[in-house]
Amino acid sequence: MKLKQLEGYLGDVATFKEPKVQLEQYPTTAHLASRILYTAETTYGDIDGKAVVDLGCGCGVLSIAASMMGASHVLGVDVDTGALETAQENIDEFELGDTIDLVQGSICEQNSAGVLSLNEGMLSQMEQAFDTAILNPPFGTKPGNKGIDMLFLQAACSMARGAIYSLHKTSTRDYLVRKAQSWGFECEVLAELKFDVPMMYKFHKKKSVDVQVDLLRLSRK
Amino acid sequence: MRLITHNMLKCHVKNCTDPDRQFPLRFKDVQLEQIEAERNDEFLVRMLPRIDWPALLKTTKELGIELPETVPDAPADDEGFLQALHTAILETHVRQGTMLCDGCSHEYKITNGIANMLLAEHEI
Repeated sequence: MKLKQLEGYLGDVATFKEPKVQLEQYPTTAHLASRILYTAETTYGDIDGKAVVDLGCGCGVLSIAASMMGASHVLGVDVDTGALETAQENIDEFELGDTIDLVQGSICEQNSAGVLSLNEGMLSQMEQAFDTAILNPPFGTKPGNKGIDMLFLQAACSMARGAIYSLHKTSTRDYLVRKAQSWGFECEVLAELKFDVPMMYKFHKKKSVDVQVDLLRLSRK
Repeated sequence: MRLITHNMLKCHVKNCTDPDRQFPLRFKDVQLEQIEAERNDEFLVRMLPRIDWPALLKTTKELGIELPETVPDAPADDEGFLQALHTAILETHVRQGTMLCDGCSHEYKITNGIANMLLAEHEI
């Protein structure tokens, strides 16, 4: 499938009906989703005929793009019922139910002190079960969610044998690259982007804020 | 949800730790649907080592789905085996029902194909 064609189709993916700010719900644009999956397949061969996992799938745009670029099996995981309902509607609309599964689950857990950690109980059975992971994770800008971006990335690294494609604030790049190295992964910045993140600050005057974001590709050393 | 996904779902309730009981989750009152999907033999052969075969056998038996007891030595050359595997893991969908943990009796619901693995506060 050509890039323009993919972008065109993804433009029809329905987005969040009532986005929840606490979950940092905002749609990955058709423009970005198409480029990530198109590059992942045409440059790196990470999608066609592969098992792909989409962490924090939201309305499913990345999962749908993966399926359209030839993934044999896609799993989308999200914590939110509303988002998953919309994702399933999208999957049905595009008739991709033969390749995309959705599971409602939480990648992270919070202990009584409010510290976030990975939901190992759920994730341990999925270790290295997939070839590729794709994600546009929450950035951790909401109270109590600090560090959630790194936990999502860590989960992706445990689930994928091959490559991980993820989006992170440029301001976290150095820290992230060091962390990835410590997990045994190389980290490549594929693109530098500006994200229009809506409602980042509850009482801020602006409705959205521009954030510098890196599109990263992690792979095992 | 297809069986390829069910093969990765285990019970993660606090203190439910017996690996023989918490996985695979047992289907209860399920509504199944077969949906044809394009077969990719290279994908099947590659995924084979990542599948928990005893768990898949147990589950397919429970659901009345055909699956050979053992994996052949040369699965890539075995047309019958590949077709049975493909149908079992990629074409068998669970639309509605419950997944029960034999260890702690927790029930995970499947609604419109989506399995809900979320737990209540006290179960984490």
